[in-house]
Amino acid sequence: MSDGQQKKTFVVTRFDPDRDEAPRKQSYEIPVQPDWKVLDALNFIKDEVDGTLSYRWSCRMAVCGSCGMMVNGEPRLTCKEALSQYGDTVDVGPLANFPVVRDLVIEADGFMEKLTSVKPWIIRAKERAVEEGPMRQSPAEHEEFKQFSLCINCMLCYSACPVVANEPEFLGPAAIAVGHRYSIDSRDEGAAERNEVFRGEGGVFSCSFANECSEVCPKNVDPAAAVNQAKFNAVIDWATGLVLPRGGDE
Amino acid sequence: MIEVSRHDIVIVGGGAAGLRAAVAATEIDPDVSIALVSKVYPMRSHTVSAEGGAAAVVREDDNFEMHAYDTVKGSDFLADQDVIRTFVEQAPGELTLLEHWGCPWSRNEDGTVATRAFGGMSTKRTWYAADKVGFHMLHTLFQHSLRFDNIVRYDEHFATRLLVDEGTVRGVAALDIRTGVVRVVLGRSLILATGGAGKIFPFTTNGSIKTGDGMSLAYRAGVALKDMEFVQYHPTGLPGTGILITEATRGEGGYLINAEGERFLTTRDYGVGSKAELGPRDMISRAIIQELEAGRGFSGPYGDYLHLDLRHLGEAKIVARLPMVREISKIYIGVDPVHEPIPIRPVVHYMMGGIDTDITAATSLPGLYAAGECASVSLNGANRLGSNSLTECLVFGAAAGRNALSFAKGSSEGSEDALRRQGEEEAARVAALRGKQKGGEKLSRIRGDLHKTMESGCGVYRVQETMDETARTVAQLKGRYADVALEDSSAVFNTELVAALEMGNMLDIAEVVANSAAARNESRGAHTRRDTPNRDDQNFLYHTLCYFDPAGPRLEKKGVTLGHWEPEERKY
Repeated sequence: MSDGQQKKTFVVTRFDPDRDEAPRKQSYEIPVQPDWKVLDALNFIKDEVDGTLSYRWSCRMAVCGSCGMMVNGEPRLTCKEALSQYGDTVDVGPLANFPVVRDLVIEADGFMEKLTSVKPWIIRAKERAVEEGPMRQSPAEHEEFKQFSLCINCMLCYSACPVVANEPEFLGPAAIAVGHRYSIDSRDEGAAERNEVFRGEGGVFSCSFANECSEVCPKNVDPAAAVNQAKFNAVIDWATGLVLPRGGDE
Repeated sequence: MIEVSRHDIVIVGGGAAGLRAAVAATEIDPDVSIALVSKVYPMRSHTVSAEGGAAAVVREDDNFEMHAYDTVKGSDFLADQDVIRTFVEQAPGELTLLEHWGCPWSRNEDGTVATRAFGGMSTKRTWYAADKVGFHMLHTLFQHSLRFDNIVRYDEHFATRLLVDEGTVRGVAALDIRTGVVRVVLGRSLILATGGAGKIFPFTTNGSIKTGDGMSLAYRAGVALKDMEFVQYHPTGLPGTGILITEATRGEGGYLINAEGERFLTTRDYGVGSKAELGPRDMISRAIIQELEAGRGFSGPYGDYLHLDLRHLGEAKIVARLPMVREISKIYIGVDPVHEPIPIRPVVHYMMGGIDTDITAATSLPGLYAAGECASVSLNGANRLGSNSLTECLVFGAAAGRNALSFAKGSSEGSEDALRRQGEEEAARVAALRGKQKGGEKLSRIRGDLHKTMESGCGVYRVQETMDETARTVAQLKGRYADVALEDSSAVFNTELVAALEMGNMLDIAEVVANSAAARNESRGAHTRRDTPNRDDQNFLYHTLCYFDPAGPRLEKKGVTLGHWEPEERKY
C-alpha cells in the first residue's frame, strides 16, 4: 500500500436489529485497486477493517445472484460493477423494497414464495417416462423462452420496480418472467394454471410497465417484456375461456 | 431448550446432488419428509457456476464402452471400473429427466439434444445449454423441487456437526444464520452434498462458499476422506480472479497459444497427441505450466499467462455457444474474445477426492450417504474428465436419495435425549466462538497463510520437501486457529462466525490434502511429482484413505476395482 495508491470512501448502511433502532451509515476509507469490483472493496473492509460488516456473496462471476445491493442508490450486482466508474465516495446499501435482516443482507423469503407461486416447473397432463427419451424442441422453440430462462433470481428488479415499492404483494418482474418462461416452453402444458395466478391479486395487471426492471437486469433477461407477454396471454386465455367454457387447452 | 425438528431424511447441501437426491427419494415415496439444509438459498449453490456441459452417451456413433474407457483412462486408472459402468449406463436417463423437467438444453436443427466435444472424451457426448449448463441445471432442479411440499427447506442453515447415536447418524446440528440459533434437525438417514473445497487455495474457480464443510463433517465423524491428494487444476482460469473460462471454448475449437504465437500442444510433445487442446485437464495444465516455466508466457500483474484464442470461431458461434465466456471476459478482464485472445492460466477447480463412498453412495457410517463433489465414489480417480461431474451429481445424487430412503424406512429414530445433548454441546461450541475476544490471531491472516502454503506444496507440480512442509504448516495453522479472535458478537447474520466455522473445516481438508499428497510417492493424474515423475502401479495402485485422529491424520489404503481394463501407459 504505497502512499500514491488511490483511496475511496465507502459509505455503508449498517443495521443490527439487536442493537440499532434504525439503519445508520458508516464510512470506511480504504486503498483500492484499479481493477476492483465493488464487492472487492467490501471484502477488503471485511478482512482488514471491520469484521462485523455483513453481506452475501459467493461466485464473484455474476451468476449466483447473491450480491445484489444498492450502489449509489441503484440496484447492482456488486461483483459485476467496476469500482472505476464511481467517484471518490461510494454509497452502498441493502437492496431497496425488501425488509433488512442486517447491514446489507435483505430478507428473500417473500421472493421465494412468489417464485414458488408461479409454478416454475414443467406441467404436463401426462408425465413422460424416461424411457421415451428427450422431447424434441426445435432451435426456434428453444429461442422463444431462452431469454427469460436466464434469470439468476438476484432480485435487483424488485428494488427497481415502482409497483413493488407500493404493493409488496406484487409477484414482481423476476417471478413473472420465470413463470412465463415455462408457459411458453413447447414442452409445457401449464399455461392455463399459471394464467390464473397471473390474473390474481398482485398479478401481472399490477404492472404499470415502468420498464425499470429491464433497465437494471444484469443478465438482460428483459423481464418487462415477459410481464407484457404474460399480460397478453392471461387476457387471451381469459377471453378464450369465456367462449370455450373449459378453456382453450381442452 | 434447543429446538428439535424431525424428518425422514436430512440432506445437507442444495446444489445439483442434494436436489437430485431430494427429488429421487420423493419419486419413490411422495410422503417422505425431507429436510434440505443449505448454508445458502439453493439456487446460489456453486453448481450454478459450472459452464461447459454434462456428459452422457446419446449419439449413434457413441456407446457406454467408449464413455467408460475414456473415463478410466482419464482417471489414470485409479477410478473404480464398476462405478464407471453404473455411471455411464445411468447418465443418459438422468440428463433426459432434466430435459423433461425443462432444462433448456441446446438443440440440433432436428430438435434433438445437441452435444459438444470435451477434453478426453473420444466423441461429442457433452450435453450443453450454451455455456451456462450448471446454472440451467441448478435452476431446473431447484424449480422442479419447489413443486414438492414434502421437501422442507432450511435455507441459510449452516450444518456444523453430525449427530450420531448408537453408531448410526441421526441428524445434524445447524446454525440458523439469520437468527444465530443452533437447531437440531433429525432424520433416520442423512446425505451430504456440500460440494468441494477449492477455497483452501488462493487461486480457484470456486465461489466463496466452497470450504469443504461436508467433507469435514464426515471426517470428524470418523469417515475416511479418499484420494484427497488429487486436486484438479483447470487449464483456463482468468489471471487475478481465477474465474473459470470453460473447456467448451476448446470443445468448440479454441486454441491455446504461447507468447511466441505457437499452438504448442500441436508442436511439442505433451502426451496429448492429436487431441491437442482436447487433451485431459491434468495434462493440459502441466503443458501450460511447462510453457510458462520455459519463458514462453506473457507476463502480467497476476503472474505469467498464456492465450486462449477463439477469434477464428467467429462472432456468431461465440454468441450462440459461448455467450457467458464473452460476457465474463469483457467484465472481468476487459477482453472481447471475438477480437482478442483471452489471458488464462491453470487454476484450482475440483477435488477428485472426498468422502469415501461405495457404489450406492453409502459411507462407512450407517445412515450416512454422500454424493457430488464432496464425495469420492471413485468415478474420477486421479483426474476427472470435464463434463462428468455434473452428470455424477445426478447419477449418484439419485442413488443417495433412493438408498437413504430405504435406510430410513428400516431404521429407528435413536435416543432423542442423546441427540439433543449433542446438539446443545454444539450450540455451546458455536456460541463460544461467536465474537470470541480472547486470542491474538486474525482470521484473514490464517486464511492468507493457508493459501500460501497450499499453493506452494500442493500445486500442479509437487516435491516431497514442500508437501511435507505444507503438512507441517497446516498443523501449525490449526494451533493458531484455536487462538483466533473475532469482532462480531451479534446473533443475527453473523458472517464472521460462519467464516470462522468454515476456516475450521478448511484446515481439516487442507491437512488431509497435504498429508495424502506427501504419502503418494509416484505421479498419477493430477498428482504430479518432479521427484518421482512416473506412475508406479506396483506400489501405488490404491486409493488413499485418510481418517481423523486427534494426533494427526491417519492414512490407510483401499484397493482399486479394475475388472475390465488393466492399467496401461496413458498416452493420447
